[in-house]
Amino acid sequence: MSTAVTEIPQDSRVHYLNVSYGVKSWLLTVDHKRIALLYLGSITFMFLVGGVAAVLMRIHLIEPAGALVQPETYNKLFSAHGIIMVFFFLVPSIPATLGNFLVPLMVGAKDLAFPKLNLLSWYIYVVGALFTLYAVISGGVDTGWTFYTPYSSTYSHSAVIPVAIGVFITGFSSILTGLNFIVTIHKMRAPGLTWFRLPLFIWSIYATSVIFILGTPVLAITIFLLGVERLFHVGIFDPAVGGDPLLFQHLFWFYSHPAVYIMILPGMGVVSELIAAFSRKRIYGYTMVAYSSFAIAIISFLVWGHHMFVTGQSIYAGLIFSVLSFLVAIPSAIKVFNWTATLYKGSISYEAPMLYALGFIGLFTMGGLTGLFLASLATDVHLSGTYFIVAHFHYIMVGGAVMAYMGGLHYWWPKITGRMYPDMWARVAAVIIFVGFNLTFFPQFMLGYLGMPRRYAVYPPEFQVFNVMSSAGASILGIGYLIPLVYFIWSMRYGPIAPANPWGAKGLEWTVPSPPPTDNFEETPIVTEEAYNYAPIPEGQHG
Amino acid sequence: MSSHVVPLKVYVGVFLALLFFTGLTTWVAFIDLGPLNTVVALAIATVKMLLVILFFMHVRSSSGLTRVVVAAGFFWLALLIAFTLSDELTRQWSPIPSSWGPGTSQSQTQ
Amino acid sequence: MADLVAHGSGHDAAHDPAATHSHSPDLKHQFDNMTQQFEAGNLGMWVFLATEVLFFGGLFASYTVYRSLYLPGFEIGSHLLDVRFGATNTAVLICSSLTMALAIRAAQTGQRKAQVILLVLTMLLGAAFLGIKFTFEWRNDYLEHLVPGVDFLYRPEWGGNGPHVQLFFIFYFIMTSIHALHMIIGIGLLSVLTWMAARGRFSPDYYTPLEVSGLYWHFVDIVWIFLFPLLYLIGGRYGIGGGH
Repeated sequence: MSTAVTEIPQDSRVHYLNVSYGVKSWLLTVDHKRIALLYLGSITFMFLVGGVAAVLMRIHLIEPAGALVQPETYNKLFSAHGIIMVFFFLVPSIPATLGNFLVPLMVGAKDLAFPKLNLLSWYIYVVGALFTLYAVISGGVDTGWTFYTPYSSTYSHSAVIPVAIGVFITGFSSILTGLNFIVTIHKMRAPGLTWFRLPLFIWSIYATSVIFILGTPVLAITIFLLGVERLFHVGIFDPAVGGDPLLFQHLFWFYSHPAVYIMILPGMGVVSELIAAFSRKRIYGYTMVAYSSFAIAIISFLVWGHHMFVTGQSIYAGLIFSVLSFLVAIPSAIKVFNWTATLYKGSISYEAPMLYALGFIGLFTMGGLTGLFLASLATDVHLSGTYFIVAHFHYIMVGGAVMAYMGGLHYWWPKITGRMYPDMWARVAAVIIFVGFNLTFFPQFMLGYLGMPRRYAVYPPEFQVFNVMSSAGASILGIGYLIPLVYFIWSMRYGPIAPANPWGAKGLEWTVPSPPPTDNFEETPIVTEEAYNYAPIPEGQHG
Repeated sequence: MSSHVVPLKVYVGVFLALLFFTGLTTWVAFIDLGPLNTVVALAIATVKMLLVILFFMHVRSSSGLTRVVVAAGFFWLALLIAFTLSDELTRQWSPIPSSWGPGTSQSQTQ
Repeated sequence: MADLVAHGSGHDAAHDPAATHSHSPDLKHQFDNMTQQFEAGNLGMWVFLATEVLFFGGLFASYTVYRSLYLPGFEIGSHLLDVRFGATNTAVLICSSLTMALAIRAAQTGQRKAQVILLVLTMLLGAAFLGIKFTFEWRNDYLEHLVPGVDFLYRPEWGGNGPHVQLFFIFYFIMTSIHALHMIIGIGLLSVLTWMAARGRFSPDYYTPLEVSGLYWHFVDIVWIFLFPLLYLIGGRYGIGGGH
């Protein structure tokens, strides 16, 4: 992999990338692999927009009195960052890119069950994103990504309606994607591919799709009600006419808590694939990991009130939600134990995808453990609304989900593009990201513990040291993310041509050429083996 | 094709039953049953729904997977309603211990 | 790698050994046989209906909360609605579900003319529902100043609490509007299907679009089956002298 390629390689084989050319062949494609790349482009763009908002926020927070913008603008920055990163990056990221590309390949099918619906999902995503970008450009919202009433419905003078419309529309993209995955996984598995021979990535995508189906519609109707209240001034959530602002929060979090599991479950699926491939070993406790994905999806719907412990919610409801929130940690912990047990006596190698997977295990564990402080009523009272929460969810979302996404992109990049990226740069970037991430967000745990509130444009001077550390870390993290952007693009033209199975991994997707032909398989595969059926590692050769 | 053909008289029978239950629920509404009015109305609506699901929507002859999907949708809605009500209806339950308030020694209950 | 997969024949024998329609012109390229295609379409529509349960469900949940808290106000609101229109509309929708089910049955038994007639009837009944709702119920509500956000006017002779009655009407209009929107979409779907049926598109071997549209139509009927008692029959009608 280290020899540089000096001339542009000629690839005479027909595959999904070169089978047709032209903008129309991409914008009207129904090939799940091309649609995955359409998503990859749009999601990366939204990630950069959301990232710019974060950079501006961290620059602003270098000084206690604020270094960059007015407080009103700061409110719009953190709102834009949250809305874009949650709804337009994290929720669709792994499912719409890696999921769309891999699900048919991993189950041995030619495409998803409903290819045209798949393309429609992408267009819906784009329309929603355009609405939101328009709203951001025309002044943005200052309500936070949580749109709490009555501020969002009555008092805010910002572009709530356009953003609400954008999020509403994009929700349908998720719903259709989830629907497509569920039907494909149920009805289109290759012969011999029983449920317990499926890759664990498919299990997590399936669990994620269940959340898409059951949760997203409630967000849609909630945003709709918010819009009605704002437009017609009817008091659905207005206490002055008997409405309950907390009802909005119940409806909002009924989706938005499971949404965070939408964001992490696919990442866990990717990590299972990476750990197995780079330990050359079957995932320890495959069945438990599979069931845990389901358990997480189901229990995730029962804990939303832990976002409302200090809002005036009934203390009895709070007790129930607190207990259930502890419960939801268990299946996640099971997965961490099983990944670790897989590593034990494995034949481990440290290519870039594995670095991301190992980083995920550590950082997700930290994020998850800090969640227990927040599940506990007594400590949450003090930590709610502080930077502790910000650090907690960034450890899971960035240290967890984004690292898994990066690991997955690196792992499957040769399959998707037929090219290898430069491994040395990839490992360097992974380490820079890891260091930058921790420097950005660990100080925020300290800040939260010391009492610094979140969503504040100014802060007391005694918090400055940690804030400066965090901002410094953010600049390193930003550089870390830009490096893969550069070498991935470089690799598409100059990278070494990749073989069908550069990692020597197990899985149906590695049995087809890189890149795959449009119909994936020349003949429908027949599966006769368990997943991750690596040859036993001879004694004395453990990594 | 996998579905078998439902006999005409089954469809007509279900149709007549649905009309009957509609009339029944309207008629019962004019009788004072107190809080039972709501219970009866919802019970009748549920029966009507089951008739439509099982016969018009062919769930009676559908796979277990279809039934799970149907059940999951309604079960999840029940979770949403139940857990939300667990807050909305119990907010006034919090007792005030006698050692806190200035002289109010009673606990406040619903 | 060589022993991971054995390569089977081009067509997928394990899905449906008895499939004789794998070369049907209606078979889409991603599927192996018509049975798989039908089952996928069926499952897909049921999964979509599950999302609709939760979509309407958010409204039902909010309604349940406020009705539990403000039952007297909701009773007053409910009594201001006309039960006769509500009950008639319920019957109209039930008829339309029958005609829809019979239309699918006609396709299953290869009767083209019956399909078309029954689909047209279903659409007409759906339109009748909307006609009754818009031109009678809503027009009356508008004339009597019962539309929140427009010119809702609380009359003290109703008793109870004005804002709570208004809250009832907010939910009445939102829930019936979204239901009506789904009806309109359904009628649109049906018009496309009617055109297809008239051209002989459906047969005992291929009627999947009819089946899944039927599922959608029946679902919208079920929503109304619950809306009717929850909106029109709250607290009974006894004390009010019957009806409006």
